[in-house]
Amino acid sequence: MAQVSLRKIVKEYEGGVQAVKGVDLEIEDHEFVVLVGPSGCGKSTTLRMIAGLEEITAGDIAIGGRVVNDIPPRDRDIAMVFQNYALYPHMSVYENMGFGLTLRKFPKDEIRRRVENAARILDIGNLLDRKPKALSGGQRQRVAMGRAIVRDPKVFLFDEPLSNLDAKLRVQMRTEIKKVHQTVRTTTVYVTHDQVEAMTLADRVVVMNHGVIEQVGPPQDLYHHPTTRFVAGFIGSPAMNFIPARLEQGSGALRLALPDNIALPVPPERTQRYTPYVGRDLLLGIRPEHLTEVKATGKQNIATFEAAPEVVEPMGMETLIHFWIQGAEICAKLDPAVPAEPGRKMTLAVDLNQMHLIDPDSGRVL
Amino acid sequence: MSGATVAQPADSAPIYHKAGSLRRERRRALIGAYIALAVFVVFFLTPPFHMLMTSLKSSAEIADLSGNPWIVSRPTLENYWALLSQGSYLTHFVNSVMVTVCVVAITMVISTFAAFALARMRFWGSTALATGVFLTYLVPETLLFIPLFQTIGGLGMYNNLWAMVLLYPTLTVPFCTWIMIGYFSSIPKELDEAALIDGANHFQMLWKIFIPVALPGILAATIFAFTVSWAQFLYPLAFLVSSDQMVLTVGIISDLIRGDTFQWGMIMAGALMAALPPLLVYAFLMDYYIAGLTAGATKG
Repeated sequence: MAQVSLRKIVKEYEGGVQAVKGVDLEIEDHEFVVLVGPSGCGKSTTLRMIAGLEEITAGDIAIGGRVVNDIPPRDRDIAMVFQNYALYPHMSVYENMGFGLTLRKFPKDEIRRRVENAARILDIGNLLDRKPKALSGGQRQRVAMGRAIVRDPKVFLFDEPLSNLDAKLRVQMRTEIKKVHQTVRTTTVYVTHDQVEAMTLADRVVVMNHGVIEQVGPPQDLYHHPTTRFVAGFIGSPAMNFIPARLEQGSGALRLALPDNIALPVPPERTQRYTPYVGRDLLLGIRPEHLTEVKATGKQNIATFEAAPEVVEPMGMETLIHFWIQGAEICAKLDPAVPAEPGRKMTLAVDLNQMHLIDPDSGRVL
Repeated sequence: MSGATVAQPADSAPIYHKAGSLRRERRRALIGAYIALAVFVVFFLTPPFHMLMTSLKSSAEIADLSGNPWIVSRPTLENYWALLSQGSYLTHFVNSVMVTVCVVAITMVISTFAAFALARMRFWGSTALATGVFLTYLVPETLLFIPLFQTIGGLGMYNNLWAMVLLYPTLTVPFCTWIMIGYFSSIPKELDEAALIDGANHFQMLWKIFIPVALPGILAATIFAFTVSWAQFLYPLAFLVSSDQMVLTVGIISDLIRGDTFQWGMIMAGALMAALPPLLVYAFLMDYYIAGLTAGATKG
């Protein structure tokens, strides 16, 4: 077990393309950290640099306090699970799982003990004699995880391990991975482009974009307190709505002037924070779950406005409606019992305690 | 509603008709295929059949112009016995086997390492080198044997069987390397990366992962090297003169054609027996051979 430190990591490819632009990250012992971001954000490259599969252009990577920049993958004491499983097709499940130990000249009975133990954790004890081609996608992914577990490495690295599985299996394996981590407690770095995976698995989520870290924090923190527009829009499903708004000084309180003559009062406790931005054109960020039908909840800081949904999407446990305010698409999440029809005006309530104001120039959340 | 249900039977009639025509089309295609295959089989099996018939005839029957060349009236194995009992045919056979085994072994070792290096260990100029390897294969041996004559002479290996072991790999290594580059490139990169993380060095990666996974491709290359080496004619014709050094291909024609006297029965018997080893190798490895060639073709 070990902590992983990334200090000012840079990866530059031939031709000067920078995939990773100075990443700083401290991963604690036993921690489960998820790197998440859109394709090309540098998350996989970062993971591959930790693994030693990519050379580092600048900066230091330390595993367990030892700088590993020039140490080959086999001596870094890490194990990796790949997106396409990367099982050796000519070996049985048992041989696949034991391969790393065989190369390291472990005694046969020790290999057997470890493989059987990992097989028990992953519930694949009955598959040990099979070849990978006789396994389903989910089983292959278990074997790939088993291969990592038997090594008992300092760090587990996962590179989008669930992307090849169908939706149902993905949810199932996600729980499985979390369960395994709770059992073995090995420090884990996990890469995914799926924010739901990131939120459900991570102790801490690292949101990356364009080769830099946008924000690091526990899932709830990223959800409630995003620091940039990118994080605000990336975390949460459906994504946060961004509505152009102008901050104005009303009589005694601040208010947000939205297009279509909608005006929303800013909660008094935020007045001080937002006062310097009066008169500026900003973006109002509000999640669909905080933009909903009017309920008799008695909650404070609820503002209402009228809108006519253009698209209604019943999801079963909730209904999503979409409407447009001057070109900005807005999504709201309603209780399925609320009647919603395309084109029929309805009153929507905004929970302003949950709103974010974003400076459109810097992309920072104010 | 009712209108729609009434309309259904009328609609379904042409569908049945179509299914019937599909079946008929398939039958026609099959008949065409059988005819084409029959022509093909007759065309390619005629020469070996003629060889077999001739090899079973006595010299007198072959010389008898009034007989039918396709039918044996008094079959005899005397040609086979004559070949196997006089020493030189067996010497040539053993020479061919020795040369071929050595050439296949040398070829496979060199081209496996070369293909692994060129396919996987990206280094400066590796792409150009891979193309270069293939280009050497395109130089015809009829051009090469003239400069090679000087080389072999300089080494003092003229009329020496082992010179063939040096010469044949110049034909086999480039092509085999080329097929295996294609095959190795089709192995997912993550497999090497998993092996690297599991603790393998490059040699272990080649030995424990690449060779077993690419076995069909390697067998395809082996068959190719075997065929080229077994059937090579020009180099032994140019470089070997005494009968004890000769391999089958040139041994048969030099021993069994004396001036303008062709011992047809023995020539055919000798050629047929010489064709046996490739036939056996193909029969055992055919499935792998096809799998190997197609993989190389689509992914190379």
